[in-house]
Amino acid sequence: MPSLRRDQVGWLLAGSALTLAPHASHLPPAISALCALLLVWRGFINQRGSRLPHRSLLVLMAAGVVGAVLLEFHQFFGKEPGIALLAGLLSLKLLETDSLRDARAAVLLSFFMQLGQFLYQQNMAIAAIALLGTFASIGTLLALQGRAEAFAPRAAAAARLLLQALPLMLVLFLLFPRVQGPLWGLPADAHSAVSGLSDDMRPGDIARVSESGAIAFRAAFEGDPPPPAERYWRGPVLTRFDGRSWRPGPSRRQDQPFYQSSGIARPYTLTLEPHNQHWLLAMDFPGPAGGLVYGDDFRLLSREPVRSRLRLELVAHPATPVGLAEDPRILQEALALPPGFNPRTRALGERLRAAAGHTEDIPALAIRHFRDSRLAYTLAPAPLSRDDVDSFLFDTRQGFCEHFAAAFVVTMRAAGVPARVVTGYQGGEINPVDGTLVVRQSDAHAWAEVWLEARGWLRVDPTAASAPRRIDGGLAAALPDTARLPLLARSDLPWLRALRDRVDAVNNRWNQWVLGYNPARQRELVASLGFGDTGWQSLTALMAGGTAVVMGGLTLWALRRVRPGDAIDRSWSRVCRRLAAAGHPRHAWEGPLDYAGRIAREAPETAPELASIAADYARLRYGPAPADATLLQRFHHTSRKFRPR
Amino acid sequence: MTASRAAIAGAIGTRLQRWLFRVDGPEAGPISLGQRRIFVLPTGFGLALALTLLVMLLASINYNLSLGFALTFLIGGIAWVSIHHAFRNLVDLTVSPGRSEAVFCGEAARFGVQLHNPSLRPRLGLQLWPRGGGSDEAAFDIAPEASRMPVVTIPTHRRGWLQLPRLHLETRHPLGLIRAWSLFQPDQRCLVYPTPAADAPPFYHAGDAQPGSNAQGRGRDDFAGLRHHQASDSPRHVAWKTVARGGPWRTKEFDGGGSQRLWLDWQQLPPGTGTEARLSTLARWVVDADAAGIEYGLRLPGLELPPATGGAHRHACLAALALFELPTAHAQPAS
Repeated sequence: MPSLRRDQVGWLLAGSALTLAPHASHLPPAISALCALLLVWRGFINQRGSRLPHRSLLVLMAAGVVGAVLLEFHQFFGKEPGIALLAGLLSLKLLETDSLRDARAAVLLSFFMQLGQFLYQQNMAIAAIALLGTFASIGTLLALQGRAEAFAPRAAAAARLLLQALPLMLVLFLLFPRVQGPLWGLPADAHSAVSGLSDDMRPGDIARVSESGAIAFRAAFEGDPPPPAERYWRGPVLTRFDGRSWRPGPSRRQDQPFYQSSGIARPYTLTLEPHNQHWLLAMDFPGPAGGLVYGDDFRLLSREPVRSRLRLELVAHPATPVGLAEDPRILQEALALPPGFNPRTRALGERLRAAAGHTEDIPALAIRHFRDSRLAYTLAPAPLSRDDVDSFLFDTRQGFCEHFAAAFVVTMRAAGVPARVVTGYQGGEINPVDGTLVVRQSDAHAWAEVWLEARGWLRVDPTAASAPRRIDGGLAAALPDTARLPLLARSDLPWLRALRDRVDAVNNRWNQWVLGYNPARQRELVASLGFGDTGWQSLTALMAGGTAVVMGGLTLWALRRVRPGDAIDRSWSRVCRRLAAAGHPRHAWEGPLDYAGRIAREAPETAPELASIAADYARLRYGPAPADATLLQRFHHTSRKFRPR
Repeated sequence: MTASRAAIAGAIGTRLQRWLFRVDGPEAGPISLGQRRIFVLPTGFGLALALTLLVMLLASINYNLSLGFALTFLIGGIAWVSIHHAFRNLVDLTVSPGRSEAVFCGEAARFGVQLHNPSLRPRLGLQLWPRGGGSDEAAFDIAPEASRMPVVTIPTHRRGWLQLPRLHLETRHPLGLIRAWSLFQPDQRCLVYPTPAADAPPFYHAGDAQPGSNAQGRGRDDFAGLRHHQASDSPRHVAWKTVARGGPWRTKEFDGGGSQRLWLDWQQLPPGTGTEARLSTLARWVVDADAAGIEYGLRLPGLELPPATGGAHRHACLAALALFELPTAHAQPAS
């Protein structure tokens, strides 16, 4: 087997590094460090031209990787250990790679690893890195096939291939008939990054869920859908706070609701995507229904985890008073604060209590305080210190909904008002095609509930105080008010703000059109193109049509012939066109020199340039065969610059 | 029964190939590789990539990975674009017959094939090999508006005209995923001389019986022929040209008087010698006589080439031997 050239290995290493780098965010540190070490080692060998390590050493290191994975995950099955093993395998493969075949296998493996990264994150930065990685892999394949070449021309060739592939990619991305997965059972940890809520909450958890555009559930209402302010879909209710994370308290369950449903009734059909949990995410507050379980935190639950798509006929009674006669133990728990955390927020709570005439006024006072503090709503808040509520309320003043909810609940408890965090979903979009309300992971939300004497549990959404558009228009509408880029957020310069708005708009588009592009979106698109029937047959036909158009274009490109003579004639006829536009058309019988001579009489100021162009043209066209390269270049240059005066 | 069935299958295969690849005998004049002459199929690596992409697509569907779809379709799109690149790398090349010099049977015939690139872009990573050859030929490029003459070597087994077999021009540019190829057979022949016999008798024996050649009084004045070398011979009379060409050691003999010309005659050879053996021996004599710088003539049944010297005469003699009793119009196909 011939050994690889230095430039080939260089491209291969660049591609593998770009593929593996984003995995560092979730791989066990030991595996990440090992991968980095192996890549650097291979780079060193490539630089020095020294020998590859002996096979027995590689076997030893492979055993090390397997051992590290086993130590970390205690198994090999599932997504996380699988990705960790593949990362180690790819790095080891590079140390063994010294033939065309090995290098190509490594490229295929790195394509696969790029896909693996999307299981964890699909934001724009990751997409950009993946695009760079694909670019480097294409550069690798070019280097493996062609002869040694400098970086710039090879990169240009790779970029050209990428650009030429874009139309086909777009057609397939938009029109390939999408199926709602999964096609088969997923490993138990498959949903850890995309499924949505879990039953505890730390700062940043909800923001992470919100990065996914996957659908959480759909709701089809009989009659008009409720206004956005009523669309609160209840997930885990979190009462216990240990200073860092929030957990649910003990809760009782029964076959009947813990409240008497009353007020307006909104019947709807809930279609829940599988999320492997018990909670059903019903809209507040579900009326009685058969076969389901009700929690004393007003959740609707299923007896089994939801492992496949579930369809439920439910009725929501948004105006029902709940928790009028609440269990004192629950209230006790809803007042508890861990000692030694968040002293400034506690002081704030005590001040609010002193300032309020009546307990019932305290929540409104706190909301006013939040609003006056000019807290910024953002998906990517600045890091918080140990006392994260203090840090959020008084220092960074940037947070996502979970920060707002947690801060509000801590303030309430400090002021002596029982309060708890509720997680779930809020909002959702009406699909204009079928009128169903589509709720995505990006609609994940956290809000608060306070308990007041004689009124029971009342919903308070502190996020609404600072980012009211979050409630009415969803996450994307609220994002322009966020501080995603802190530097830009602090700035008062209008152009910077405009730039920030643009970035946010792009992010919104990204979430809507790239991450959230699913069967429903696809149907919308096809319908908007004027195709009433949106079954997979018409999609396939559309896709075939689009693909055929792109391929036709590529074929025309491949067959296009540009001969040197054609280029010369094109330049000359451009000169003639410009002269004709200036009122001096060339007669069909005029040769270039005759034409130039006549123009010299008719428009003397244009003459010198034209005379030189015409002479060059005549020499190139009728002169001896292999044309002089400098002459050719001068002719093209002057004729491009030529403007009749 | 089986044999005839195999023959029918073979005939169908040939017809199929002719129809599929549009190759039907040698073509005279420049051959332009139009789009109908270029064929495209994935390589083994291309198939491996296709399989990887299929797995990636299934994973994207299963895990609802929007970016997974995008990545899969992007790589698939690149692979598809590389088909057009490979095709574009071959299309519009012109092939014309180049030079090929006559060789002795047993040596490899070397056919230069002229490839011209009329376009303004370079053609990269081309490989050319004859039918039945391997794909491990070194790759070459052709610059814009330039020509190149790669050499195809064909082993020779028979004297006479050797027709250049069907050629295979292939490229795996740019990514190695796709191979595009074209098949063509320029009308180009190479003359194969008979193999010079290694153990031919020295030709002066024949001279004895030859009228007009004087075998008496061998001396130093006029060259009479060559005989086997003996250790006692003067080094000045060794036929060095023959030795230098790797031939056997021979000693030049000279006639005492009179300028005599050497006739290499079919009839001189002992009766009962086969045609090919005679031709082989005569070829050896022609080569040796030419190497020794002697004026020689050749007599074959129905043909006589008067004595002369020089490269053209040597070629004429060897060509006559090569084509002896062969139908001249027909060239034999390469075997």
